[in-house]
Amino acid sequence: MSIISIQHITKEFPGVKAVDDAHFDIAPNEFFALLGPSGCGKTTLLRIIAGFETPSSGQILIDGEDVGDTPPNKRPVNMVFQSYAVFPHMTVLDNVGYGLKVTGTPAAEIKSRAEEALEMVQLGHLGARKPDQLSGGQRQRVALARALVKRPKVLLLDEPMSALDAKLREQMQLELSRLQQDVGITFIIVTHDQDEALSMADRIAVMNEGRVEQIATPEELYESPNSRFVADFIGKVNLLEGQVVGAAEGSVTVDVAHLGKVQVLHSSPANGNVSLAVRPEKIRMTPDEPSAAAMKTQGKVTDWAYYGDTSHIYVQAEGGPRLSVTVQNSTRATLDTTDIGDQVWLSWQSEDTLLLNQ
Amino acid sequence: MIWRRSKPAPLDYAGRLWMKIFIAAVFVLLYAPVILMMVFSFNDSKRNIVWRGFTTKYYEKALKNDGLVEAFINSLTIAFFNTIIATALGAMVALLLWRFRFPLKGAYEGFMALPIVIPEICMGVAMLAFFNRVGWPAGMPWPLNLSAITIAHIAFSFPFVAIVVRARMAGFNRELEEASRDLGATEWQTFWGVIFPYMRPGLVAGALLAFTLSLDDFVITFFTSGPETVTFPVKVYSMVRFSVTPEVNAASTILVLITIVVTALMIRLQRPDKAENA
Repeated sequence: MSIISIQHITKEFPGVKAVDDAHFDIAPNEFFALLGPSGCGKTTLLRIIAGFETPSSGQILIDGEDVGDTPPNKRPVNMVFQSYAVFPHMTVLDNVGYGLKVTGTPAAEIKSRAEEALEMVQLGHLGARKPDQLSGGQRQRVALARALVKRPKVLLLDEPMSALDAKLREQMQLELSRLQQDVGITFIIVTHDQDEALSMADRIAVMNEGRVEQIATPEELYESPNSRFVADFIGKVNLLEGQVVGAAEGSVTVDVAHLGKVQVLHSSPANGNVSLAVRPEKIRMTPDEPSAAAMKTQGKVTDWAYYGDTSHIYVQAEGGPRLSVTVQNSTRATLDTTDIGDQVWLSWQSEDTLLLNQ
Repeated sequence: MIWRRSKPAPLDYAGRLWMKIFIAAVFVLLYAPVILMMVFSFNDSKRNIVWRGFTTKYYEKALKNDGLVEAFINSLTIAFFNTIIATALGAMVALLLWRFRFPLKGAYEGFMALPIVIPEICMGVAMLAFFNRVGWPAGMPWPLNLSAITIAHIAFSFPFVAIVVRARMAGFNRELEEASRDLGATEWQTFWGVIFPYMRPGLVAGALLAFTLSLDDFVITFFTSGPETVTFPVKVYSMVRFSVTPEVNAASTILVLITIVVTALMIRLQRPDKAENA
């Protein structure tokens, strides 16, 4: 039984298909992320679930009920807005109690539930403040408490971290995950930040130009993307063009320039031009030719980007592709081993190589 | 070359002596006549040309002048009804323009602002012609006899309210409205619970603007008032035709003071930090 069932939802705005035939289910208690670049339709889809947009076609079931004709104020979902939308003329406590007040909850119950919700987001002591006396992070907590106090079946979060600085963002990500486990309801978060989606979500739907490209767990998305777009959007990836020259049970032989004919694990049929994808951190960089490696190529170090914990090294294969390699700076001496201009060998395992259709 | 003085920035000019003198001259020319009028309202002289000592008897005289007091009450009554109706009307127009898209919206917006740009004299003549044409009843009992003037005042003051309120609404975050709906509020609850409180400073400012505009309007009122319906500015004008007595000065001073108080209130309410908390 799914809590939200999105059935062939399409939303057309004049001249654009914002959402193109989205079709998937979200399970109860799931932390679900809609991830994609800006303008991919993820926010539109969220607003369709909340009831602020009507789909051009398709159906939405919330907890088994078709909500097509249900206005936003009657849907069992609540939303945390990108701007937090905390009411400026009300105190924090009144903000949190607003959703209960408008639906005719007795005053005593409003007070106790609002205070309880504020405690949950650790703002119990700030109930009497006005929003302009709060920091951005505190305003976000108010918005969270205000939505959760309604005890919705699903909480929708529209880019909740985009206005926070990096440190606070990481803290809020952990806190959101904890909160979701505590309250035990479904969270749907819209984000363009892959780290956010990967670290918090149980499952992620990657969207591009209105279409849902892939829905999978974070590990699956990262390790087995099903398209070039997903591989490229989630993390960094090296793409090598090649041609299928043969196939066997569970594997495909691909002819790739500079690598020669290589065998890649692949269960579905493939032919013609394909791309081989390999993540930068899965490539090993050695000064000498490695003996036991399925895939290897030689090249010259051209660029070096230092990020503290890791370094990204760009290696130009002779007359071939430019590959990026991520090296863990696990000792302080790691940096000294290689320099720009050095000839190096790059190698990786065939099981770390993905075959993507073009 | 360290000794060469660099070109002053625009605001640096404020510190220059010639600029200070110029600014002082501007202020003197702007306010000296008003201050002079106020001072001479205390002048113990009928002719009101030479200062002959301090007195408040012309204030007493002004307050005992039944025609003047009646005109003043008329003005306040008109301003009161004008403020209520023009504010409601202006607010609704502002909401319409802010909230909805409809055909010919641009044209409507232009027409709505017309009373602001149209020469007052034309507006006055138009109002006179209109009330004559429709045969608007004259000689009704007070305060109904003020209806023609009140209608004319509403016609020219509601666009000011609409513009002030609309400017306020331009800063409204639409997500506030959606948040209210999302939390279970109906459209009406959302309007009174979220939109109206945000709009309030604009409404108050617009109302005060409508009040002062109505209180001191002369041209349009002159064309729509009859012998029974004299307003304060029209009365002062008729008194000035004989001579500028200290009595006129006293009456005008009272009007200036009322205007200043109302304007100060308006500026206070328009202050952005106040507005957010209102």
